[in-house]
Amino acid sequence: MKVHVEVKPKSGVLDPQGNAVLEAMRHFGLEARNCRVGKIIEFEIADGTIRREEIENKLHEVSRDLLSNPVIEDYKLQIEG
Amino acid sequence: MQVGYRSIARLAVVQFPGSNCDMDCVWAINSLLGLKAKLVWHKETKLSDFDGVVLPGGFSYGDYLRPGAIARFSPIMDAVRDFAEEGKPVLGICNGFQILCEAGLLPGALVRNRSLRFVCDRVWLKVENKKTIFTSRFGEVDVIRLPIAHGDGCYYADEATLGQLEKEGRVVFRYVNRDGVADVASNPNGSCNNIAGILNEKGNVLGLMPHPERAVFENLGLTYGRLIFNSIVDYFLSDEYRWS
Repeated sequence: MKVHVEVKPKSGVLDPQGNAVLEAMRHFGLEARNCRVGKIIEFEIADGTIRREEIENKLHEVSRDLLSNPVIEDYKLQIEG
Repeated sequence: MQVGYRSIARLAVVQFPGSNCDMDCVWAINSLLGLKAKLVWHKETKLSDFDGVVLPGGFSYGDYLRPGAIARFSPIMDAVRDFAEEGKPVLGICNGFQILCEAGLLPGALVRNRSLRFVCDRVWLKVENKKTIFTSRFGEVDVIRLPIAHGDGCYYADEATLGQLEKEGRVVFRYVNRDGVADVASNPNGSCNNIAGILNEKGNVLGLMPHPERAVFENLGLTYGRLIFNSIVDYFLSDEYRWS
């Protein structure tokens, strides 16, 4: 099973990295706005390591408590297979 | 605890992989009368031999994911949590502050400096609350100067949390200019409300980005850090502690 977790700053939280990237885009003549820099975490889980019905809860727990910080970030969880 | 018998309180300085201010903390604390520091490896699970805990600065786990995000799950952190719940003093400096926030022992979070630059400097701070176990020694001293060195020191919390911290006097240190005025120019990292250090609700957990352990010896230029550690000594000698 493949897991794909997307983490990005919450909408109200200032993202200085996003702003710096926006500035750099100007060098390309592109006027953009609302740039948010996040990260993607991908991993695999071997079959049989965890009960099928527990997987989703467990992955949400991991995404919320480890992979993201709910004070400043939102996450999106995708499970394949 | 019989602190009075030993005239000394034992502080655990937790060493995570990537801590780099651990020895500075031990050195600074052991130079002061009334305190004895000992390193505790993060894989330890007990703090029963100690009266207080310091989480030192550095880059635990290389700041992977987010500063403090992985250290928060180190085995010692269960003991730190129990320690905090029992009302014993817990001091988080720099990366230690980040770990305390990640662990939920302090509210809010520390994010990338607004400038995106690592800042290594000396900053002026206002001691906003002197009635804490970490600041009782400041007396007439309102504005102090301490070193900072961090890339992720921008304190962030939502409006409600900020309001509560301000109302309850839990903003203990604030970045100011040398006249004690909190303005944009004196905010080194873009922290909300110029916040440099906060206290938990109970008043026994302090997190701050500046480094008091680097301001203990006169030959290093600044000695305001002593006041924080000496406040802790006073707390251990107080009736409030000895009869608790």
